[in-house]
Amino acid sequence: MTKEMLTGAELIVRTLEHLKISTVFGLPGGAILPAYDPLYDSPIRHILARHEQGAGHMAEGYAQATGELGVVIATSGPGATNLITSLNNALMDSTPLLAITGQVATEAIGNDAFQEAYTVGLTISATKHNYLITDVKEIPQILLEAKHIATSGRPGPVLVDIPKDILNDKTSWVEPKLEELPGYKPTLEANPRMIQQAVELIKNSKKPILYVGGGIIHSKANQELFELSTKYNIPVVTTLMGRGAFPDGNDLCIGMPGMHGNYTATTSIQNSDLLIALGVRFDDRVTANPKFFAQKAKVIHADIDPAEIGKVREPEVPIVGDAKSVIKGLIETLADTEVDTKDWLKEIKEMKKSYPLSYNQEEKGPLKVPYVLEELQKMSEEDSIVVSGVGQHQMWISLHWKFTYPNTWLNSGGLGTMGYSLPAAIGAKVAFPDKQVLALDGDGCFQMTCQELITASTENIPLKIVVFNNGNHGMVRQWQKIFYDHRFSASELTHHTPDYVALAEAMGAVGLRMVEKSDVNRVFEEMFKVNDRPVLVDCVVDPDDMVFPMVPAGGSNDVVLLNEDDLKKI
Amino acid sequence: MSERILSVLVEDKPGVLARVALTISRRGFNINSLSVGPTNIEGRSKMTIVTELESVEQVKKQLNKLVNVIKIVELDPDNTIESEVLLMKVSINKETQTSVIEKASLSGAKSVDVGQDYAVFELTGTSKELMKFEKLLKPYGIIEMIRGGRIAIQTKL
Repeated sequence: MTKEMLTGAELIVRTLEHLKISTVFGLPGGAILPAYDPLYDSPIRHILARHEQGAGHMAEGYAQATGELGVVIATSGPGATNLITSLNNALMDSTPLLAITGQVATEAIGNDAFQEAYTVGLTISATKHNYLITDVKEIPQILLEAKHIATSGRPGPVLVDIPKDILNDKTSWVEPKLEELPGYKPTLEANPRMIQQAVELIKNSKKPILYVGGGIIHSKANQELFELSTKYNIPVVTTLMGRGAFPDGNDLCIGMPGMHGNYTATTSIQNSDLLIALGVRFDDRVTANPKFFAQKAKVIHADIDPAEIGKVREPEVPIVGDAKSVIKGLIETLADTEVDTKDWLKEIKEMKKSYPLSYNQEEKGPLKVPYVLEELQKMSEEDSIVVSGVGQHQMWISLHWKFTYPNTWLNSGGLGTMGYSLPAAIGAKVAFPDKQVLALDGDGCFQMTCQELITASTENIPLKIVVFNNGNHGMVRQWQKIFYDHRFSASELTHHTPDYVALAEAMGAVGLRMVEKSDVNRVFEEMFKVNDRPVLVDCVVDPDDMVFPMVPAGGSNDVVLLNEDDLKKI
Repeated sequence: MSERILSVLVEDKPGVLARVALTISRRGFNINSLSVGPTNIEGRSKMTIVTELESVEQVKKQLNKLVNVIKIVELDPDNTIESEVLLMKVSINKETQTSVIEKASLSGAKSVDVGQDYAVFELTGTSKELMKFEKLLKPYGIIEMIRGGRIAIQTKL
């Protein structure tokens, strides 16, 4: 019997099915067109985005919410270049992503053919790894390899570029088997000697603090972290990417440190004598000027990516390994040791009491984002997935929202990609149709990818969107206020254009608006009643509100500005 | 001088040099020399990268993240043999011809081509020896000079 011959295009679809991919996001075009034909018959759900950047963020949102691979498909040239923002975003936030792009036919490569871009060259530094396929036989093997690289070690985006002629070439199906990659062997198990050294430091510390980030979520180590913290009474700060890795409701949780972190989180790091840094990278938004960061503390730094260790801060104890294995090792080795942190916890408790987060919502005054968030959280489910854009609203959410579970907070932390919220929320809602998914966005961000509202309507993805409409690029405005003498150059957007309610309706969603305090509960009630379509709330907020606390860029975390009056200190 | 020499074993695949070069420029590392060529192992190339002490740890770690980079060894400066090739075209005339060729020969350079008004020399040696040679012949007028990049190998097993 002759073997069944498949085209390259069919091989892609067959391999994706073989890899148990159930959903892909994408947008067709000339070079990738052959792949869309077999996709038409496949049980794989394809979500048609309105822009490739949106498709990329959808795949990221899917991946961030599930902890599994997100897949995006685009065509050559502009399709691929439009993807780059999402690839780089996934690289910075360690999100497992597989991008499949069409390329012009092999013989046309290098000739500046129509819709030709050097996709592999353009994306070398925006991906964890990338491939150009040169033979149809390679397709299953390379897709399997790409998934492996994207999801293992420190996760990240992998791109596979496939010329159109190869999509049409035929070969037989051979089930791909993962072979050893000579240059790719992530270290997962922590070295017991380093664990032992870490434990010695923990035993001897009076003021230890767990400084944890996205690595906990990627390695699904939240339960182990909970045990480590609660068994030995070690308080926890969760970075922007680590929100939800430890429940905010627990007394040991201090929340987010850094530039817009809460006072206690930032200051307790400064006062601690031992930083137990797990799955974090000493980002400048956390450390401010690293010279002044946690000067009194010794550092245990565990990360799956050896290049993060010593990049910013030389640790006393470096540990390369998966967070889960590291924490298990620490718990096993600490065994029944008692870490006496009573005084330290008391100090932190007092700090929390003296420096609570605050905002001032006047009865008749303009709406403040923190107030709206608190009301919204009261009315939403405990495991709602919150997806934010970038800027003031993102910081307010991270500060004021109480997270209980990992993978319920999706945002663009590293690259700071405005426009992330709506498409990423679509990806999350596709992954979890039964969960509440809240896209909480700024108006500046929303305008960058708002065409994806049509995707949500046409694909029947009933997510909730709140646009915090301050008519400005709020964080830009805040910096202009502080550092540029109130000269609001190019930061004004206006509250009224577009009319977000009309825009939502025009795109097949329900549009609602809230302007004052008395609207808030009523409008959110209405919002939660809509479950057959996307619903958008135009939430008109105070343009002059600023995010505090704040440590100006390059400053010292010893000087936390708590309110506008404190600006005199700088 | 606080130079460090890295011997980097890579897969011989298209674009590997671009990946390495991009990683170096992306991270802003100082590189004094980079050379690449085949090895005795099929499908493997070797790069010799000369960098500064302060960058060496991060260079190693960041390059190690590349999937096509197989192994990086930092060579022990006390047990390393280093070599580089140089080709130089020097201007000569009737008066200078003899002394130029004699000086080159004394330096260990090979005359590979001698014309009426030029001579081409080839010299293999350490960077220091090559620089000395350049200084020596500079007064006669160097028309063109190319160096091949440094390569190095550790002497002990």
